[in-house]
Amino acid sequence: MNDEQIIKQFMYVNRRAPHGTIYAQESLEVVLIGAAFDQDVSVAFIDDGVYQLVKGQDTKKAEVKNFSNAYRALEDYDVEKLYVEQESLESRGLSESDLIVDVQMKSADEIKQLMEEQDVLLTF
Amino acid sequence: MLHIINKSPFERDNLDSCLRHAGPGSTILFIEDGVYAAMNGTTMADKINEAMGDLTFRVLGEDLEARGIVDKVMDGVERIDYAGFVDLVTESDKVQSWM
Repeated sequence: MNDEQIIKQFMYVNRRAPHGTIYAQESLEVVLIGAAFDQDVSVAFIDDGVYQLVKGQDTKKAEVKNFSNAYRALEDYDVEKLYVEQESLESRGLSESDLIVDVQMKSADEIKQLMEEQDVLLTF
Repeated sequence: MLHIINKSPFERDNLDSCLRHAGPGSTILFIEDGVYAAMNGTTMADKINEAMGDLTFRVLGEDLEARGIVDKVMDGVERIDYAGFVDLVTESDKVQSWM
């Protein structure tokens, strides 16, 4: 087996709100680029990262890029494991129905377990 | 005095510190990621409700729209637009920006 056939488990961890800093947008770019390498990819949204998935974002008047629709395109890139931490969502007054994509709700304990299972973690 | 909060209250302690230090009659304006503080049902909501007697709260509508939370603003926090932001600054004797 050569190196190109080794598949690793990659988890991207998003923990920043979408528009106040560049972290969320950069993370999304990296996820989409990484998807081209046929790895086992998951994306976790914890802390303020859950705000990235809130539906109905309209950035016209604020004059910043609206990249929230791109999360819906992730499954086209075979990025289908999207995890959202329940505790982070609830403490921010949000629920699963506020989100723009279908996700798997996970407790903090479950996210912790998933992190332990990864080969590579990239946090933004 | 006008206090401006532009960071998420869940990521930084700017709002907590501001609430401890803002004098009665002050106005607190949420902009950028600070607008998340104005949402219903969060773990910050009680602190803001308690402070409403002494302080006035405003939130910038354009930043609510960008974040998809227009319909989730708590009662007692009045929405303003960019022009209202300008008015608020010019009407205030002092402005403190909690960066």
